[in-house]
Amino acid sequence: MTVAAPAEAATPRRTEEKPPKQAGPLRRLRRSYDQYWYAWAMCAPVVVILGVLVGYPLVLGIMYTFTNATSLNVGHTIGVNHIPDTFSWVGLKQYVDILSGPDNQFWPHFWWTIIWTVSCVAITVSLGLGLAVLLNRQVRGRTLYRTLLVLPWAVPTFVTIFSWRLLLSDGGAVNHLLGSLGLGQPEWLSNPFWQKIAAITVNVWVGVPFMMLSMLGGLQAIPGELYEAAEMDGASPWQRFRNVTLPGLRPVSSTVILLGVIWTFNQFIVIFLLFGSTNSDSVQILVTYSYQLFFGQNPMDYAGAATVGVLCLSILVVFTEFYRRWIRRMQGEQA
Amino acid sequence: MSTKKTRGRGERGPLASAGLHSVLAVAAFVAAFPVAWVAYISLGAGEFDYQHPNRIAAHPSLANYDHVVNHTDFFTWLGNSTLIAAGTTVVGVLVAASAGYAVSRIRFLGRGTLMYTFLLTQMFPVSVLMVPMYKILADTKLLDTYGGLILVYCTTAVPYCAWLLKGYFDTIPVEIDEAGRIDGLNPFGTFWRLIIPLARPGLAVAAFYTFLTAWGEVAFASFFLLSSNHYTLAVGLQTFVSQFNSQWNYMAATGVLIAIPAAAFFYLVQKNLVTGLTAGGTKG
Repeated sequence: MTVAAPAEAATPRRTEEKPPKQAGPLRRLRRSYDQYWYAWAMCAPVVVILGVLVGYPLVLGIMYTFTNATSLNVGHTIGVNHIPDTFSWVGLKQYVDILSGPDNQFWPHFWWTIIWTVSCVAITVSLGLGLAVLLNRQVRGRTLYRTLLVLPWAVPTFVTIFSWRLLLSDGGAVNHLLGSLGLGQPEWLSNPFWQKIAAITVNVWVGVPFMMLSMLGGLQAIPGELYEAAEMDGASPWQRFRNVTLPGLRPVSSTVILLGVIWTFNQFIVIFLLFGSTNSDSVQILVTYSYQLFFGQNPMDYAGAATVGVLCLSILVVFTEFYRRWIRRMQGEQA
Repeated sequence: MSTKKTRGRGERGPLASAGLHSVLAVAAFVAAFPVAWVAYISLGAGEFDYQHPNRIAAHPSLANYDHVVNHTDFFTWLGNSTLIAAGTTVVGVLVAASAGYAVSRIRFLGRGTLMYTFLLTQMFPVSVLMVPMYKILADTKLLDTYGGLILVYCTTAVPYCAWLLKGYFDTIPVEIDEAGRIDGLNPFGTFWRLIIPLARPGLAVAAFYTFLTAWGEVAFASFFLLSSNHYTLAVGLQTFVSQFNSQWNYMAATGVLIAIPAAAFFYLVQKNLVTGLTAGGTKG
């Protein structure tokens, strides 16, 4: 990955001579193999596992998007009888149907997914950074705070989401608290608007510890002399944060933000476990919507689900490409 | 919130100290409360106690734990979960470490491509993968086996771990490899006997991440495990709450029992956690 190119360039690197530029691709491959056969061997297990279990399904999934495959016409085996594939090619019909079809389900889910991703990542990153900055100072009981703050990550998600369901239910603890403060008691798990607020809140709660620990690691890698120098020059705390901390964190933050966007965009489990599959259509993001196309109806709409999935993938690929370019440009300006 | 209090080098006024502690205390409370709440609910023996939490304080009891441990398949699920999580951790970390090392040390063809592919695999929505994966597992006779599920979990955990470990290996000087080579170790020997011991903090983080991925996963497990004696805890837990019954009290007790090993594992690796993540984060 070239997200942090300068950092990579700074690391000590094997100084063997590079293959001459004029050598043909085949000879380069051959040379590279002779020299680094063990590297290829070490990468082989990953490549095989990912190739078989992710690469092949993906190719199959992309293929399904050009067909009308459902659970009825895809080849399957019942007992000893094998029923062959009977679905047919329909070209781009699935894409046209989903993007401009009569049920018009895609675009509302799409916009909500964007809002969901942006707000979750923005809040998670700022809270994670804030807590990391606080924890990076000399505080009594730092280990205790750190341990408590990491709990949402350390305890399996399905346990904590289950707890949130209890807390957010109509007569749950959150509404008790709000009631005793004289505030409104929204129906967190059934009102479309409050469902969205609840989903973002819970996802932020789950995501902050990872951000916090990553940022804390990044902060500890910033040399203290930089702060001393800034202080000598009379920089205010805000200026030190703005001009020393943030640039120093950039290698870490640029990567975790990218990962955060990808993970949040595809965050399946939070929404799935928090709301189940009934009475929650407007809060479904593209991934869970695609899952509903899949399991929520009979026959299961393989082609529709795969099409939504491929659209998700394309959105993320395009985003990643722009993001990496943007990061590279920013680093170029700095250098 | 953070910005005002950044970097008071040296001493800090009592007011700032109080502010710092109160912010951290509130955050820690919010982080820990839902977890504590499950533990509290689990002490209520009645099926509807979760709706009346104030009743529980009057009669706390361990009846739910007794039921879960003695009258359900809890130990079968625990055994399955442990086996699968441990298997995923060992296989995933080994595979990720060797790939991460290769990519870190060697400028060979396809190196950038491989890292980008790792990132790409994180972008696939589960729903696209589920059915084709199911077919592949069925074809290879791995469906409803521990091995199959371990491999599936590896696909989600390995890309991030390989990338994290690559960052960590980048911080280990190449001179160490060269010294190993001069002393007559082959590349695998160098990796296994010199680099792996040095990379312990990074490996601890990767292990923690992989373990959690496998320990808490629901979707794949409920889709790929068919027979009830292969259920993991996450799948078994769902059987308490179905359309026929809602035994939230048992679910809460099981939840606590599931959380304890994960928290213990976290406690074991936490010293390494921050350093390991740093290295992974700084090097792309």
